[in-house]
Amino acid sequence: MTATDTHRTIEAIFRIERARLIARLVRMVRDVGLAEELAQDAFLTALSEWPRTGVPANPGAWLTATAKRRAIDLLRRDRMLARKHAEIGRDLSEEDDAGIAAIEAAMDDDVGDELLGLIFTACHPILSPDARVALTLRLIGGLTTDEIARAYLTSEATIAQRIVRAKKTLGKAGLSFEVPRGRERQERLSSVLEAVYLIFNEGYAATSGANLTRPALCAEAQRLGRILAGLAPDEPEVFGLLSLMEIQASRLAARIGPDGMPIPLTEQNRARWDRLLIRRGLSALERAEALGGADGPYALQAALAACHARANRVEATDWRRIAGLYDALRRVMPSPVVDLNRAVAHCMAFGPDAGLALLEELERNDDLRNYALLPAARGDFLLRAGCSAEAKLQFERAAALSRNEQERAFLLGRAKACSV
Amino acid sequence: MRVMVFVKATEDSEAGVMPTTELFEAMGRFNEELIKAGVLLSGDGLKPSSQGKRVAFDGPSRTVIDGPFAETRELVAGYWVWEVKDIAEAVEWVKRCPNPMFGPSEIEIRPFYEMADFGDVVTPEIAEQFDRLREKTPAR
Repeated sequence: MTATDTHRTIEAIFRIERARLIARLVRMVRDVGLAEELAQDAFLTALSEWPRTGVPANPGAWLTATAKRRAIDLLRRDRMLARKHAEIGRDLSEEDDAGIAAIEAAMDDDVGDELLGLIFTACHPILSPDARVALTLRLIGGLTTDEIARAYLTSEATIAQRIVRAKKTLGKAGLSFEVPRGRERQERLSSVLEAVYLIFNEGYAATSGANLTRPALCAEAQRLGRILAGLAPDEPEVFGLLSLMEIQASRLAARIGPDGMPIPLTEQNRARWDRLLIRRGLSALERAEALGGADGPYALQAALAACHARANRVEATDWRRIAGLYDALRRVMPSPVVDLNRAVAHCMAFGPDAGLALLEELERNDDLRNYALLPAARGDFLLRAGCSAEAKLQFERAAALSRNEQERAFLLGRAKACSV
Repeated sequence: MRVMVFVKATEDSEAGVMPTTELFEAMGRFNEELIKAGVLLSGDGLKPSSQGKRVAFDGPSRTVIDGPFAETRELVAGYWVWEVKDIAEAVEWVKRCPNPMFGPSEIEIRPFYEMADFGDVVTPEIAEQFDRLREKTPAR
């Protein structure tokens, strides 16, 4: 094995072990920042020793033991410092032994639970969504601050500072670092799922293929979703979110044209959809439903994505089912965007009149007075109803409201097509 | 990157010898680890080649050959599909796998091709035809 090979091996081992190692260390030293430093120290020790000694048979155990030794050294040093002016020379061993026993006990606990505890900690609701995302990518995903900064098109200093602040906030809060139970668990879990989905969407929203770091965020979010599903196999919304991400990611290769422009769902080449991810998404959805979570916001969004995934051709889309799912979604996740999509689904399922009736309700909402997509939808429904002159006016109105150059051009194009 | 990980056959697996309870359990624990690490996408075991068939191609001729097939060590007894960062990570995971067979055995890691890898070999027309065929394949 060459030096580079060994180096690559050590990096791969570290990637596998890192999050679990940090999780164990957090339990032990009760400090996220210190745990991360100890893990990093152990990695550096491995980098300097393994090329000489060879990779140990159980590298995970080796890293854990090394980090643990270092933690115990620190504990002893702190005690010594604290007692510098007290009775120097007093036998400290008894108290030390108690501290070390606690460390040993903490290190031997169930690893899965610890990793889940670390995810819950990194996504704690006392942190802002931005901070949760950065800390999760750093601690669980193992991304460097530079990688996170590039993915979020911001500076490394900004991300580094965000992570430092987040660690401080967690430190001050005096958390237990345990997996929350009971009612608190659900609240904390939605905070975790929100952070994971934010990471996914940041990658998914990126339309340019030039920046490969951003699609990598989708992969990272999917991995986090899969880890969560492995660690919390009884939580329906974990599977709802996982299903939603797998199905959406199945379209990644099909949703950008050769010119770099996004291709709408109805016009994508469905043969380019990733069948393995669709299968995984559908089975995760089944699992969410089997756990009684069919009405969860993520499960419902996944069920909507699944309707499109099941249709090999646009014409095969089950719009009635989609309309029904939007009816259910607006009850658990009310928003104008959901209502607008619901109107579109009803138009496709039951005809333009059904869609127009739902739009009228939305148009009474003052907050949406300047929302370009409303007249755009009305124009589309009118066109389907055969009223092309009225449709033209609506597309023009939508174009006037739009603040996006590409969108405006698209809407004016539709208006023009009406006059024929 | 996506890799397929092949468990290669042995005389035992070809003879249909079932693994011991201990091996089943150890393999279960390994799979559990893969799941908890978010690495495992799918996987399954395959029956011995005595239950398989081969079709040999030579120009226009097609000859069906019944199993079992002779070159045991080249046969596949099972597979996983994993999502890993690079092949070094896949190697590390394979090292952690319990020996899937009673005697000496091998596991092989092969990265998936992605469309980008084909370069000029696949013309847009061929890609289009390939896409049309896949369109007819149901999701499940």
